[in-house]
Amino acid sequence: MPKRIENVGCPYCGVCCDDLVVTVSDDGKKILEVENACAIGNQIYHHATESERVRLPRLRQPDGTYKEISYDEAIDYAARVLYNAKKPLIYGFGSTNCEGMAAAAKVGEKAGAILDNCASICHGSSLLAIFDNGYPSCTLGEVKNRADVILYWGANPAHAHPRHMSRYSIFPRGFFTGKGHKSRKIIVIDPRYTDTARVADIYLQVKQGYDYDLFNAFRTVARGHEIPEEVAGIKREKILEVVEIMKNARFGTIFYGMGLCHTDGRNHNIDIAISLTRDLNDFTKWTIMAMRGHYNITGPNQVWSWQYGFPYCLDLSKRDIAHMNPGETSSIDLAMRGEIDAFFNVATDAGAHFPIEAVKELRKHPWITIDPNICMASEISDLHIPVGIVGVEVPGIVYRMDNVPVQYRKVIDPPEGVISDEELFERIYQRLCELEAEDAAKERVKTTAEGIPAED
Amino acid sequence: MSELLIKNGFVFDPLQGIRGDRMDIAVKDGRIVETSALQHPETIDASGMTVMAGGIDIHSHVVGPKVNVGRLFRPEDKLFKSPLKRCNRMEMGFSVPSTFKAGYDYARMGYVFVNEAAMPPLHSPHVHEEIRDTPIIDNAAMPVFGNNWFTLEYLKNHEIENNAAYTAWLLRATRGFAIKVVNPGGTEAWGWGLNCENVHDPVPYFEITPAEIIAGLIETNEHLGLPHSVHLHCNNLGNPGNYTDTLDSLKLAEGYTPKNNFGREQVLHATHLQFHSYGGDSWGNFESRAPDVIDYVNSHDNITIDIGQVTLDETTTMTADGPFEHHLRALNNLKWANTDVELETAAGVVPYIYSPKVKVCTIQWAVGLELALLSKDLMRTFVSTDHPNAGPFIRYPRVITWLMSRAARDATMKTFKWLERTIDATSIDGIDRELDLYEIAQMTRAGPAKALGISNTYGGLAPGMDADIAIYALNPENMPENPEEIEKALSRCACLLKDGVVTVRDGEVLTEPPKRTVWVDVKVPENAQVQRDIYEHFLRYYSVNLGNYSLFEEHLFNPRVIEVDTTQ
Repeated sequence: MPKRIENVGCPYCGVCCDDLVVTVSDDGKKILEVENACAIGNQIYHHATESERVRLPRLRQPDGTYKEISYDEAIDYAARVLYNAKKPLIYGFGSTNCEGMAAAAKVGEKAGAILDNCASICHGSSLLAIFDNGYPSCTLGEVKNRADVILYWGANPAHAHPRHMSRYSIFPRGFFTGKGHKSRKIIVIDPRYTDTARVADIYLQVKQGYDYDLFNAFRTVARGHEIPEEVAGIKREKILEVVEIMKNARFGTIFYGMGLCHTDGRNHNIDIAISLTRDLNDFTKWTIMAMRGHYNITGPNQVWSWQYGFPYCLDLSKRDIAHMNPGETSSIDLAMRGEIDAFFNVATDAGAHFPIEAVKELRKHPWITIDPNICMASEISDLHIPVGIVGVEVPGIVYRMDNVPVQYRKVIDPPEGVISDEELFERIYQRLCELEAEDAAKERVKTTAEGIPAED
Repeated sequence: MSELLIKNGFVFDPLQGIRGDRMDIAVKDGRIVETSALQHPETIDASGMTVMAGGIDIHSHVVGPKVNVGRLFRPEDKLFKSPLKRCNRMEMGFSVPSTFKAGYDYARMGYVFVNEAAMPPLHSPHVHEEIRDTPIIDNAAMPVFGNNWFTLEYLKNHEIENNAAYTAWLLRATRGFAIKVVNPGGTEAWGWGLNCENVHDPVPYFEITPAEIIAGLIETNEHLGLPHSVHLHCNNLGNPGNYTDTLDSLKLAEGYTPKNNFGREQVLHATHLQFHSYGGDSWGNFESRAPDVIDYVNSHDNITIDIGQVTLDETTTMTADGPFEHHLRALNNLKWANTDVELETAAGVVPYIYSPKVKVCTIQWAVGLELALLSKDLMRTFVSTDHPNAGPFIRYPRVITWLMSRAARDATMKTFKWLERTIDATSIDGIDRELDLYEIAQMTRAGPAKALGISNTYGGLAPGMDADIAIYALNPENMPENPEEIEKALSRCACLLKDGVVTVRDGEVLTEPPKRTVWVDVKVPENAQVQRDIYEHFLRYYSVNLGNYSLFEEHLFNPRVIEVDTTQ
């Protein structure tokens, strides 16, 4: 009898749907059916058992081909790379569980590495704004139960977060929103007329790169001051109308995406979006939320904040103290300056996402990819270590875009012999300790500074 | 088999009434035993030093989502304030320390048990992940109930048994420890940007008053017989004139008597009472009403309190009192984070600077000390800073020094810009009382352990209890002249035994014995109504599935279960 597994969390986007029902074949080896998932989530499950998977670590040979090696050999290689590097970069983590992130941090701390995650090239600008201005937010269930005005700005969930609108924002019927879609006003602000804009009651086609101006106009109007005839390509009447709707909302939420945090203005756009949310709370209840991309990209922000106090761009190379200064300690900038002498690409694809110049710089030194799949990064690596797919083969905690932890399950075993990110990093850590001990025995101790507490 | 003998220390154990007697304490296999039970013990010479049970913190925000917001959005809290690495892991942060730093710091101060003050139930996996990463100290966490829709609906209809069944279910689902109540009703009102200003101000839509919520939860708690009592953060925190609302809240406990098998004698713990003991009607005529509030507490022995002492530091406020944090944002205009949690609660985080140059801050400082110094029963009055709200917990030694030394208080008061106005608005200058080490042991060990219902395991030195023992380089017969020496000795204990393992020596962490997660498992009769309500609410209103809400066993770290059976 095929087995039906309910309450399965989906390892695709930051919506973290946890209502998937997955049917697994009798022998537990094949995924037969996935219910409730979007097309992309669905594909992740089928891909796990239908495609040819990498089952052993693969090491690059002098002739450019890959040769399969054992996990022990791969772990030794990875540990030696870390041990010998002056400034290794461990980057990625959008698509793994928090247990893996915590274990990777232990390795990074031991090795004196830079620890960074995909926020560095994604919602990092949001984090900068949050450092400056805070983050008046809520959980997605609050939106579902209370919100009567929804504003999407520079985000296109219809494509990027397929079930966001139906689970949380536009369509669901919640406690105080029994009429669902009918009880809500939908505003979409985007330079492109997206598929999300099609479901809006009001669509404002902001002039590209003028988002800050438009926010400024909203704030000015909300505070009762005059604005010009037209701002950012939007007529004054329209702006007045939207501000009126916002002020009269019972509960409103601004969802914004990369269209806002990576257009001209970047963190300043988010900063003023937060200021607008603060202002609106003088009239009624408003909240704001970043549309985080990967299902657990919020995870490393959380895990490393409780471990070190910083959500991304962590420089652990000082060994005594963690340091964060985006621009100085961010992956791309470090790579472009040629400061990195070993690169770990973990649970993401830097090969596809990084600027080509950064990739070229990183490629001058050892590049190790830790990921279940073949991707651009894995194909240019010196070593590719496959791991189990979180949410399919490995359970664990992930953080949804609203920072709610969701407990993910496994529905099948990973391919025989394939281990989890957590186990891999724990074993690399053990190997690092052994290398350190071996060197200590030879009295070639890498000296680290003796700590003196700041308070003394 | 490990055996240890702590020889010749001055022992303070209020649970046994031991007041600084010179005694030996024997330890075998992680527990305290009679000295006669040892055969070949290693000895620790504690002569000329103070020996107490490991410290118990009844109220501290150290793990969980809002704590982590405080860490995440305040990189400046790490600048120049993080000590260099000395232990196994880096230690980052000042007012909101990293999990590792929190564990190490508590251990260095001789603390072994910390009760996380507020756990949003939906976020319980997050809380438990952070507990896993907090070394050495045992943790419990209290889920918040005071604005929970189930609780509001059951109590509105006075369905105590249903509320009790739900409470038992939620404690198990979150692996929680006790009933926490934060701004009852007011935080739910914050869902609409509103608040409940006093205990009779009804909650929008739910049409129940904070007073009914508090009384209903006390009844629920005693119906279940939980180890700890209702743990209340009163309405209208932080505002001039709020002492009347506080007295209204405390009066709700009248007529209730504790029913439990854990030695607990209170039905209500009023937390960080300093924030709730203000007079005046504006910041201009803001004054202390601590004497009125503590008089009431002195004459009602079914109430315990912790003080929530302001330490005059730059810190990070964080509370499940969403409307208060929004209010505070308008006062200091600093950055503001807020997280409303569906059906359950809403928390806010705002940085705050308690400056000796600001009159309100120095009055707040005096209020906390007045509460402790005017208390007639220190077994019911506990040290806290509501970490990190009134100041970071690493200032406990300084708070204790203020309590033990008039000279220390005077020295601090000399730095106040508005000293005369502070003296006029409070009674602090007229108080000469100086507490002794026995009273400090009451306020930091025996008292909180008893109030939490864990005094059979923690907070004392009787045979059979956990061998959690702190030794301080303080000689009660020859206390240092300079109060700063007291603070120093309490900040870095000479020795801490955790479960019989020498964990700290001369203020340095030597090892990290396994820590525990303490939670309360309550057995209640089957309740089909409540089961159906839970099913319905998850189906329709929650954004996670019921099957994924309860903490999975694999995410619970090294549990210690306290069992309560109400079916017998």
